[in-house]
Amino acid sequence: MTRPTTLLCAGLAVAFAGFTPAQGQQVSPAVKSAEQVRIAAIARAKSSAVCVFARGGRGGGSGVVVTPDGYALTNFHVVKPAGASMKCSMSDGQLYDAVIVGVDPVGDVALIKMLGRDDFPAAEIADSDQVRVGDWCFAIGNPFLLATDFQPTVTFGVVSGIHRYQYPAGTLLEYADCIQTDASINPGNSGGPLFNAQGQLIGINGRGSFEKRGRVNVGVGYAISINQIQHFMGYLRSGRIVDHATLGATVTTNENGKVIVSNILQSSDAYRRGLRFGDELISFAGRRISTVNGFKNVLGIYPRGWRVPISFLHEGEQIDTHVRLSGVHSTEELISQIQQTPKADPKPGEDPPGPPGRPAAPKAVKPAPEVAKLLEMRRGYANFYFNRLNRDRVWSRLTEEMDCSKFQGTWKLFGQIDQLGDLEFSLGDDQSQANMPQGIVVLDAENDLDTQLGPRGSGGLLVALHLWRHLLVKGPGEFGEVYYLGTTPMMGRTGLHDTLIGTHRVIEVRFMFDPEEGRMVGLEMYPDLGADPCEILFEDFRPVGDQMLPHTLQVRQGDLLYGTIELKNYEMSEKQAP
Amino acid sequence: MAAPRTRRTDHRSWMRLGICCALVAGFSIPVPAADLASVTLKVQPKMVKVYGAGGLQGLESYQSGFLVSADGHILTVWSYVLDTDFITTILNDGRRFQAELVGADPRLEIAILKIDAENLDFFDRSQDVELDVSSRVLAFSNLFGVATGDEATSVLHGVVSAKTMLDARRGVFKTPYRGPAYVLDAITNNPGAAGGALTDHQGQLAGILGKELRNSLTNTWLNYSIPIAQLNPAIDDILAGKSRPRTDDETAMRPDRPHTLSSLGLVMVPDVLAKTPPYIDAIRRESAAEKNGLRPDDLVLFVGDRLVPSCEALRNELGFIDQIDEIRLVIQRGDELLDITLPGLKNANP
Repeated sequence: MTRPTTLLCAGLAVAFAGFTPAQGQQVSPAVKSAEQVRIAAIARAKSSAVCVFARGGRGGGSGVVVTPDGYALTNFHVVKPAGASMKCSMSDGQLYDAVIVGVDPVGDVALIKMLGRDDFPAAEIADSDQVRVGDWCFAIGNPFLLATDFQPTVTFGVVSGIHRYQYPAGTLLEYADCIQTDASINPGNSGGPLFNAQGQLIGINGRGSFEKRGRVNVGVGYAISINQIQHFMGYLRSGRIVDHATLGATVTTNENGKVIVSNILQSSDAYRRGLRFGDELISFAGRRISTVNGFKNVLGIYPRGWRVPISFLHEGEQIDTHVRLSGVHSTEELISQIQQTPKADPKPGEDPPGPPGRPAAPKAVKPAPEVAKLLEMRRGYANFYFNRLNRDRVWSRLTEEMDCSKFQGTWKLFGQIDQLGDLEFSLGDDQSQANMPQGIVVLDAENDLDTQLGPRGSGGLLVALHLWRHLLVKGPGEFGEVYYLGTTPMMGRTGLHDTLIGTHRVIEVRFMFDPEEGRMVGLEMYPDLGADPCEILFEDFRPVGDQMLPHTLQVRQGDLLYGTIELKNYEMSEKQAP
Repeated sequence: MAAPRTRRTDHRSWMRLGICCALVAGFSIPVPAADLASVTLKVQPKMVKVYGAGGLQGLESYQSGFLVSADGHILTVWSYVLDTDFITTILNDGRRFQAELVGADPRLEIAILKIDAENLDFFDRSQDVELDVSSRVLAFSNLFGVATGDEATSVLHGVVSAKTMLDARRGVFKTPYRGPAYVLDAITNNPGAAGGALTDHQGQLAGILGKELRNSLTNTWLNYSIPIAQLNPAIDDILAGKSRPRTDDETAMRPDRPHTLSSLGLVMVPDVLAKTPPYIDAIRRESAAEKNGLRPDDLVLFVGDRLVPSCEALRNELGFIDQIDEIRLVIQRGDELLDITLPGLKNANP
């Protein structure tokens, strides 16, 4: 830290030379140094900030680049009027094309991808749970669309509150667990970044409290926390329209100030885990729950389909378990939300008091060919191109180490289950069989699979293995409909895992892949989406020929571990038996 | 006054010489500003969320307040939110208390509530500070009612832009307060912010956040705070019990022939609410009330030094004053506060 020292010496030298305070401004070196630190942080942060322009002047907002290959975050309500492609400027003065990737209409987040570079300046992402009330922060964006020279506006302030919950305001937008700031957030700032004093990304600005002065900043703005967005990143990359989580139960505060269950769906996973009306919630997803808002805040930051820990008191006894979160909205509801034409929806980012003489509604403009390459519209998806991209990425990563496509014939797996004895699985296209210590189970693939859920108590282990082989042999193209879900946590493992969902006739199977090595480390087979699936955790991968195959299978259904299978041997034939 | 900041730098001898010269030259190196996050943590436990009457026609039913004693005295603004028997307060840790209105000074637009608690974190008013123009400030409040339960109130930052007297021209500002005010550039003029605390960057109390005020000439909204020094004498009086409504005092003697509303010629608005504000509905011709300047629509605030927050409190308080004694009233007429004295009866009625 030599610069402040130099300044101190310079200041002192000047003082010693007889320069008196009365003759001009004396700025303390501490102030000068703080200013330099701030200028540097802002300069760094500004390089990743983006101004988003919808085609034809239909509005715009802000965004921030988060990866060097051009993925950028913004608000859903900024991209909604823009359509599938838009233009984005950066502070280098350049205008770039961008396409929509995935959207989260409930959380008001969207992921876009900017084209033209593989070295975009990306924001450094911080841990928003470390943000404290009173910390300095700054927002960068395009309020009032002032950035005609592509230089965004910087506004500075403090964090006024954290873990703030904002009720849905007549739309399905719900701002949970957000960061409140008095840095000015105005129409046009939406979708833009909120940085901490070090210039690291802590949130995406999107909402404000407004009242008698209309939609201009009155010191209360809200940013979606970056930790929430990180939960959704995999989902957003999947090109889908993603949904938020629900527990399948509602809570209220009783007269003792405890948070208790006021309503619960019997078909929910929470009910299957033992949660009942009147139970007291202790913690959820690792956070202690002391108020209803606190619960909503935690719930609001998770995507549908995640599985999170939960602790509750049931009849005096504490139960610690994991619960699968289902969705808040039906697919149809979400699709209809994004296919609506934008109306007078008062949000910062739309209809700012812009310059006069705005152009009339333009004729439809076809995107340029290099942009059109990345667009594939399909019902239910924001941009199916990215779903296919990720599905294929996961599959080709898997098949680098485990390509079973040539083993079209019967597979035999030999091993034992716990201390109970030997077993043998024989898996084929039309028929599969399990020779268990307790007896033999046969699966006829011609009949309904969801009625053949042996061995008893496993929830359908044989069907699960049958479909596991089916995917590995046929690939995602022929399994049935296979799409990329996003990334999800897995019980018994750390980190988020790429997840594919395949539907084969009526059965849905989830396949989870290790993010580092690309291996398939688990699957969940749902014969009935309202019941616990058969879960298999694949471990102990060892080479078999030139394949890496799992040699330990942990099988569970619901809260019960059915058994741990140790495999000794694989025999996989290449041809169908005549 | 401030000690030089110590640093781990290279110990070049000419640096040391420079520091000595600086001290000699009176060049003071300021102590670095306190970490605002820890200052905020220190202040938040003293903040209170206040809920009461309102919720209709865009008037929110909440405001802010802060503790000024360890056993639960809360300073807040005097407003319609307190026009109810059921004032609820929620502390920073989420504990709820029903609060009692123990006193108010409508001239200063402040009120003191009391909750039944002890060992609370509070602003020690012997530590309060006076600010200058450009003083850096923090404004703590529950603006927009964002915080509920055990969520902390919000904090805004800014500076004192001006230190001035509120414009005393009639009708410009709808407030009886005419004293000095800090004008801020932090947007404290927001629903629910009134009653919040203004502090310096060390968390020392400087003022109370004022109510939403609009300058009717310029149509601008003023962000202001009343300096705590202006309020301290009144707060001390209220804490000493001086304006507490008499209903709580069982030992006072009631005279045989007290004043009554009808003997004074006053007809109050129908007493239909739990706590009907004592507005004068009508005045009998030739009565003492008319002769001494009372008018319909006047709001009776004090009888003597006693706060009368309701028609019932007014009736009750009159019952302690002998007919032959005079009555000093403080009334509110529009934005103005007036002192009106009604003389005692010259001849006692049989």
